[in-house]
Amino acid sequence: MASIAAPTTAAYASGENENTGIWSWITTVDHKRIGTLYLWTALFFFLVGGFEAVLIRTQLMRPNMGFVSAETYNQLFTMHGTTMVFLAIMPLSAAFFNYLIPLQIGARDVAFPRLNAFSYWVYLLGGIFITLPILFKLAPNGGWFGYAPLTTNRFSPGPNIDFWVLGLQILGISSLAAAFNFITTIINMRAPGMSLMRMPMFTWMSFVVQFLVVLAFPPITIALFFLLMDRFFGTTFYAIAAGADPLLWQHLFWVFGHPEVYILILPAFGLVSEVLPTFSKKPLFGYNVMVYSGIMIGFLGFGVWAHHMFAVGMGAVADSIFSLMTMLIGIPTGVKIFNWIATMWSGEIRFTVPMKFAIALIALFTIGGISGVMHSSPPADLQQTDTYFVVAHFHYVLFGGSIRGIFAGISFYYPKMTGRHLDESLGNWHFWLNFIGMNLTFFPMHFSGLLGMSRRIYTYDAGQGWDLFNMMATWGTYLLVVATAIFVWNFVRSRTRGAIAGNDPWGGATLEWSIPSPPPEYNFAQIPEVTSRYPLWDLKAPEKTAGIDHSHADAMTITDAHAVPVHEETERHTAKELGIPMPYPTVKPLVVAFSMVVMFCGLLFLRNGMFAVAMTITIGGGAAMVAGLYSWLTAPLE
Amino acid sequence: MSAHTTAAGHDDGHVHHHYTTTGLDNRKIAIWAFIGSECMLFASLIATYLIYKGRSIVGPFPHTEYVNEAGQIFKPILDIPVTSASTFVLLMSSLFMVLALQAVQIKHLPLPDGAGWWTRAQRSSQLWLFMTASFGAIFLMFQAYEFTAFVHEGLTVKTNLFGSTFFTLTGFHGAHVTAGVLWLTSLLWIDRTRGLGPQDELIVDIAALYWHFVDVIWIVIFTLVYLIQ
Amino acid sequence: MTGDPSVAHDTKHAHAHPSGATYLKVAAILTIITVVEVWAYYIPALVASPLFNPSLIILSAAKFLIVVLFYMHLKYDHKLFKVLFTGPLIIAGATIVALLFLFHQLKISF
Ligand code: HEM
Ligand SMILES: [Cu+2]
Repeated sequence: MASIAAPTTAAYASGENENTGIWSWITTVDHKRIGTLYLWTALFFFLVGGFEAVLIRTQLMRPNMGFVSAETYNQLFTMHGTTMVFLAIMPLSAAFFNYLIPLQIGARDVAFPRLNAFSYWVYLLGGIFITLPILFKLAPNGGWFGYAPLTTNRFSPGPNIDFWVLGLQILGISSLAAAFNFITTIINMRAPGMSLMRMPMFTWMSFVVQFLVVLAFPPITIALFFLLMDRFFGTTFYAIAAGADPLLWQHLFWVFGHPEVYILILPAFGLVSEVLPTFSKKPLFGYNVMVYSGIMIGFLGFGVWAHHMFAVGMGAVADSIFSLMTMLIGIPTGVKIFNWIATMWSGEIRFTVPMKFAIALIALFTIGGISGVMHSSPPADLQQTDTYFVVAHFHYVLFGGSIRGIFAGISFYYPKMTGRHLDESLGNWHFWLNFIGMNLTFFPMHFSGLLGMSRRIYTYDAGQGWDLFNMMATWGTYLLVVATAIFVWNFVRSRTRGAIAGNDPWGGATLEWSIPSPPPEYNFAQIPEVTSRYPLWDLKAPEKTAGIDHSHADAMTITDAHAVPVHEETERHTAKELGIPMPYPTVKPLVVAFSMVVMFCGLLFLRNGMFAVAMTITIGGGAAMVAGLYSWLTAPLE
Repeated sequence: MSAHTTAAGHDDGHVHHHYTTTGLDNRKIAIWAFIGSECMLFASLIATYLIYKGRSIVGPFPHTEYVNEAGQIFKPILDIPVTSASTFVLLMSSLFMVLALQAVQIKHLPLPDGAGWWTRAQRSSQLWLFMTASFGAIFLMFQAYEFTAFVHEGLTVKTNLFGSTFFTLTGFHGAHVTAGVLWLTSLLWIDRTRGLGPQDELIVDIAALYWHFVDVIWIVIFTLVYLIQ
Repeated sequence: MTGDPSVAHDTKHAHAHPSGATYLKVAAILTIITVVEVWAYYIPALVASPLFNPSLIILSAAKFLIVVLFYMHLKYDHKLFKVLFTGPLIIAGATIVALLFLFHQLKISF
């Protein structure tokens, strides 16, 4: 119905008036384009990870299946976890960080546009680096947690783990660079009047996540570096014969690993916190408490890591402390759930697709949260750990939570990003099939887990009471394939066929809805001066926001910002016409990213004793990186 | 966060005139966030070193003698006098660094009449940048000497847990020093070609913050690795 | 370069950073502490004392603090930087201590 578009918008939706050649994408430093690149790339990897899951589930459909070999199975489940965590969910969140944070805080770009491009290229190249080996059956096979000493040379002599160690090292650099960028952006690029306590909830949760990245990635960087040293240079960090402690890796990994799970969920929490108020036509309930609970979750998240290790015999004192901390962290998490429900309470609810995904997140995340609190008790956890019960837990929080939040975000922001709506009825099909498929897949795992089915086994014997549950899970997975196919079709098709969306298709409250869809390169022709948490509702439905703070206090001291009151921008210009300086496009971030990845690739050759080759490539890559960096840093930004 | 600080920010003319929320420069916020992250990086390294302290099965050991099965004697391997000297060198480089920053800040002020050599020297950012970078380089030479000596005495990264953790921890620090020396040398180069003035305070400041942080890490390493037994 | 040595510049930095004399004093204090530490290392009686390790750690923490406050001028700078540094530092310190307990390198004895 929507193929007849208003001419101007259609022209923009199809990109006629902008420079859209491939080179313009390679050299872009525009946060919106980088966000789009993240989105497409991460969706691609999401499909790759999903395909691996289908193979896994097919192998487990019946007892004693021979669909894949044990070795292939190990590679599949390792790459499934690694792909979903590092190549799908984190970068999907990054897509939203990139696209939304500057728009939500009223900025024209991120603090360091070129560093932003660098983060993306490192992610892309790192993703390719770690994914390619599976085509040669050489993929990492030690689990997404890569427990050493299992992953040391002694027990994993092939090159498989090398790809994992180096790949994660590369991907970590991407996340860290992005985190410094967003911390600076959020602290320093806010429009006048946008005080911290007026920031949209998505920006807030992203802010917390950046600190988690900055503090959680160093420990895994070090743990991986030790492993790299052990594998390539014969150090003894994980060599039990030399007196090493087999728990060293586990501790360092989980010091990273638990904050990591919040890195995966908090952006989704932020997204649904945007969706729920919009479709309930009510301000978010308990904004302040939502902020503080987000910070609490982030902070406490560093004190619970050993709940992943209750079975290793840490002793009663340590077990008790970590158990207590884990139960504590359930509180701020629960607070969020109640606040979302209170937000919807007596609101004028519209059941759009994003709203359905958001509500489903509340329901399914709660189930995962409850099983989480169940294994926060060490005696209970001893029954559950390393069984499918834990698999059920983390898929409820990750698939039920993170992924659902991301789908809520995609369907909510698609009109902003493309200027067109996703198809509502296809969206509904996607939602319902996904919802049913997800529960059919993962709910039965609670039972098979409690009946003793271990994680990570490639097959099992009949007659242990697990057969039915596995069959259900596999069919659920096939349903998810159908749901995902519908989503992909909708996603691709709506770019040209979707109904035209104006500035503000949903009646949103925050700044991103005050500008055209898709936003022009400069975002805001005039930087708005913000006087409340819901600037657009102040404009369009002031009765909704009468009860909140509207002071000008700190907004008025700024004189050089040229800010104007919050307004809607409907016209579209180029930055040049408006005289807004924009950063130059540049290929240098890609050059530096590429040389850095080459540098890491060199190390792969150490395995075959090709010391000279390895050093040549590594030093060559390193030198090219430094040279590229110099040329980048000495070139003016705009 | 208040916006009242605009006036105290680095608005020394012609650099960039971008508005920022806090009035601070983006790069300075980023370097502090980076330093925060580095705390966690070195915390992981230091924790590992301490976890494995005293757990090596064979020597050489840091503070005690070791006799192997063949009756070969390995002296305590750490060389405290040499490392004390290199520690002092790094400390002094931090002093030179602050003097370099100060020179950049005040070099445009007119010299008072009859200014002595010290007042004059205080305005020479080239002198202090050069001193900082060279003392950084001297520290690295000490480290190179130490590493070679250890290898000769039979301690490599492969020998035992102490060797693995010691070389990795101090090597990571050394790599940071190396990056710092490169950074400072680049600043020195800029100073020589176009002259650093008050408008460049920020780029010197962030290099200085990095440099002092690397020094601070060494302060911790020196105590935990070399002095404590 | 501005070529305009305005008074404004001068007063601004006078408040923003300590003076050259302070820098020299700080260097002297750091050197003295280092000398004391190394000296203590060579006195067997001191090394044998149960207070040796804690004292050394306190001394090095003092040096750490002095460099951060004066040379990194955190004392004189925007409070945002204090937050950006102290937060991670606390988490890093707590993680080290927790790990040392978990690996029995530190023990609580009753
Ligand atoms: C209510 C809050 C939560 C609690 C109390 C909790 C508790 C736990 C506990 C105790 C375990 C260890 C189980 C075992 O291995 O025996 C665990 C595992 C796990 N949790 Fe949670 N969790 C919570 C929320 C989350 C969230 C939000 C996520 C991610 C978005 C998540 C992801 C995971 C993952 C991935 C694992 C398994 C890791 C592995 O062994 O490979 N959890 N959780
Ligand atoms: Cu956890």
